[in-house]
Amino acid sequence: MSRLQVAIVDYGMGNLRSVANAFKAVAPSISVAVTSDPEQIAQAERVVFPGQGAMPDCIRELDARHLRQAVVDATQQKPFLGICIGLQMLFEHSEEGDVPGLGVYQGEVKRFPADKMHDEQGAKLKVPHMGWSQVHQTQAHALWSEIPDLARFYYVHSYYVAPEEAALTAATTAYPFDYTGAIARDNVFAVQFHPEKSANAGLQLLRNFVNWKP
Amino acid sequence: MGCAKRIIPCLDVTDGRVVKGVNFLELRDAGDPVEIAQRYNDQGADELTFLDITASSDNRDLILHIIERVAEQIFIPLTVGGGVRKVEDVRRLLNAGADKVSINTTAVLNPQVVEDAASRFGSQCIVVAIDAKKVDNQPFEWEVFTHGGRNPTGLDAVKWAQKMVSLGAGELLVTSMDRDGTKIGFNNPLNKAISEAVDVPLIASGGVGNLQHLVDGVTLGGADAVLAASIFHYGEFTVQQAKDYMREHGLEVR
Repeated sequence: MSRLQVAIVDYGMGNLRSVANAFKAVAPSISVAVTSDPEQIAQAERVVFPGQGAMPDCIRELDARHLRQAVVDATQQKPFLGICIGLQMLFEHSEEGDVPGLGVYQGEVKRFPADKMHDEQGAKLKVPHMGWSQVHQTQAHALWSEIPDLARFYYVHSYYVAPEEAALTAATTAYPFDYTGAIARDNVFAVQFHPEKSANAGLQLLRNFVNWKP
Repeated sequence: MGCAKRIIPCLDVTDGRVVKGVNFLELRDAGDPVEIAQRYNDQGADELTFLDITASSDNRDLILHIIERVAEQIFIPLTVGGGVRKVEDVRRLLNAGADKVSINTTAVLNPQVVEDAASRFGSQCIVVAIDAKKVDNQPFEWEVFTHGGRNPTGLDAVKWAQKMVSLGAGELLVTSMDRDGTKIGFNNPLNKAISEAVDVPLIASGGVGNLQHLVDGVTLGGADAVLAASIFHYGEFTVQQAKDYMREHGLEVR
């Protein structure tokens, strides 16, 4: 088996075809595969860690497939892109189901607090936060290349990450308060939004990931 | 701050083609689904909805192939509905490339499907479609109808919406049966009543005839997203024109 350039970690939660389709669209010549083989993930040049659904289920399914170690190792070793729950799982703990995460970074995954979900005019803001919101880049990064600050990306989530260390945050989104929309540290970049569903801005971010040399 | 109000062109698909009817009748051919989807994407559509209105079960799988083709080329959220009866149908549509699956008649006949699908795949991909009509023979204003608007259910649309959210619906697609295809605007009082009764996003549907109707759907109806078919299919307006108009009227759009 030849070495994958991009391995998309499949732990049985949801459809990863969109992520694979988007990589094929931006980089037709590279090898991309959805895989639940820890060895293939260990060998891959780059790892994408997506996720949807509820975090307790994601953690359980990840462990059921013996993928936890391969994912944690990848965060230490190679270009790594977390998406949505794939960002949330990198933290220590989630309020969703009161479960521990992988603990790669210190911090908590929190639910949007019901008492704060209204805009300046007092209009109700819905949860899940579903739709296109502006992403404010708070640090320069190769993955933001060619993407204007405040470009809109597609979000769908009811929980958000609150890193203990503010310097981890690479972007914020206001809904209604500023929360962490992306994190960056060494070879890891992870986003709360869905680049694979964010039209041109999202495709550019995936293209940047493929070209990234951290 | 917040979220852009989404514009969602809706493609009614039967036997592999996009069609548009008036009051759920008189279908007219409007073109190839993949071509139309590409055009809307290029115009800046925030999301696309495909409703499979194929009557016979023989041609039901055609929608899967359409979704597969669209999902290979278009990178915005795709919602698919129509004829979803079992959790297995949800799984097949998601695997074909749908991001969300809309459940309508089955939600009424067998609400357990909504609960099971939400718990298995997550609320974020379960949309419950509610077809409602104003009635005067009930103790409430709007009644839920099924089977493309033919069958009354005796259910209060607002209470029904709350129940669907409690079972795990992550979004509601509310169609006014009185308005669908009429081009006289959304039923804003209906949408407002439901939007205020739930925390999840509401997509307004049924009755758009001009761009002001889209603005009204948000400002008067409290919709988080507006869905329209014919004004886009027949080239009366582009999605970009709709966005420009909404922006000029003070709404946040992408």
